[in-house]
Amino acid sequence: MLADMIFGLLALSPQEGGGTLLDVNPGLIVWTVITFVLLLLILRKVAWKPILSALDQRETTIKESLEKAEQAKQDAIQILKQNEANLARAEEESQKIIEQSRQYAEKLKEQMLQASKTQAQKIVEDASAEIERKNEAAFDELKAQIAGIAVDAAERILKENINPELNKKLVNNYINEITKN
Amino acid sequence: MNNITDTLAIADTIVSVKKTDSGWIMHHIMDSRAIELPFFGEVHIPQFPLLFGIDLTPTKHVVFMWLSALLVLLVFATVASKYKKSIVPRGIANFFEVFILFVKDEIAKPTIGKGYEKFLPYLLTAFFFILFGNFLGLVPYSSTFTSNIAITATLAALTFVVTQVGGMMQNGIWGYIRGLMPHGIPWWMMPIMIPVEFLGLFTKPFALAIRLFANMLAGHTVILALIGLIFFLGTWVVAPLSVAFALFIYLLEILVALIQAYIFTMLSSLFIGMAVHQEH
Repeated sequence: MLADMIFGLLALSPQEGGGTLLDVNPGLIVWTVITFVLLLLILRKVAWKPILSALDQRETTIKESLEKAEQAKQDAIQILKQNEANLARAEEESQKIIEQSRQYAEKLKEQMLQASKTQAQKIVEDASAEIERKNEAAFDELKAQIAGIAVDAAERILKENINPELNKKLVNNYINEITKN
Repeated sequence: MNNITDTLAIADTIVSVKKTDSGWIMHHIMDSRAIELPFFGEVHIPQFPLLFGIDLTPTKHVVFMWLSALLVLLVFATVASKYKKSIVPRGIANFFEVFILFVKDEIAKPTIGKGYEKFLPYLLTAFFFILFGNFLGLVPYSSTFTSNIAITATLAALTFVVTQVGGMMQNGIWGYIRGLMPHGIPWWMMPIMIPVEFLGLFTKPFALAIRLFANMLAGHTVILALIGLIFFLGTWVVAPLSVAFALFIYLLEILVALIQAYIFTMLSSLFIGMAVHQEH
């Protein structure tokens, strides 16, 4: 009986109170066309246009945001590189400046040392020259005094050169005089 | 009302017809002038006046078609209003966006290619109309209007019209007709090729109509047959097996409902693509 039933279905045999499964009701065609076309027109206006445009808009927004983010990333990398380069240059510069100033200080030190050395030398030389000069002057004065004394003594000897005794007395006196002086 | 839950109704029907008759299955699958409602019994639809000799009385399938159309309209009006508030989809909009994007990116874009946007409203409407109809048919007391040959044939005919008009708008009427012939056919082949290509135009929508109709019909028929087995054999013994199998078929039908909506849309899109870009 099941086989009978299925066979009945497959053969699409006419049934009681109705046609077969392949019967086409013209009214249904009309209603389907009306329903579907109306649905299509209303949905196109009410749903598909706003939804699809929203989706498109979102797609472009996402794409643009991604592109912007990528651009920003590239910019940041660029800036970072620049900063690094600047930093390296600054480091180099400061190193150079330090080196230069060190050299300069070294030179200055050397110079000052040299200058003070020569100055000291000069002072020493000056001082020794002065001493020499003073010595000489003193010696000259002494020599002049001795010469004067000798001349004086000779004068006196010549004046009173009467006897040896007196000579002797004179010399003694003179010597005494000198020592007294 | 093709569902396992209304076994009582089936039992009633079986009592009223001969035991060996398959008429009760037909009664549940086929269109009728009456709608069965829970607790209310049958509601008979009043006769409409004839228009140009066509009986325009809405049948059960027409009512469920309207219900499905109304549901589609409500759902997508809601979805559209959600997009007006925020570009980020939430809830129902998020759920249906998956399907919309599927039809757009997986069906229309690869099969039609350039200029697919023009056909999106038709494809989306067809997809959701059929999808909602298929799923509505799985609800107890409801009827599957996509298992009616008149309706599926009309839908296929609409695809045919969209295909031809789309092809003609893209290539010009004469250019489209010439483009139907494959290139490099010797002139003496024409008497054979012209009828073949002409027939080929109509076999495509014919296949569309039959595929949807048969697929949506088959699952329901098998479920009814399995449940009917209990009453035919008049024993409880087969009931667990019958119900288990019917449940399995029912789950399969959920899958089929999705797949058939997809197939119909996919093939429509493919035919449109072939008509619009004839060089392929």
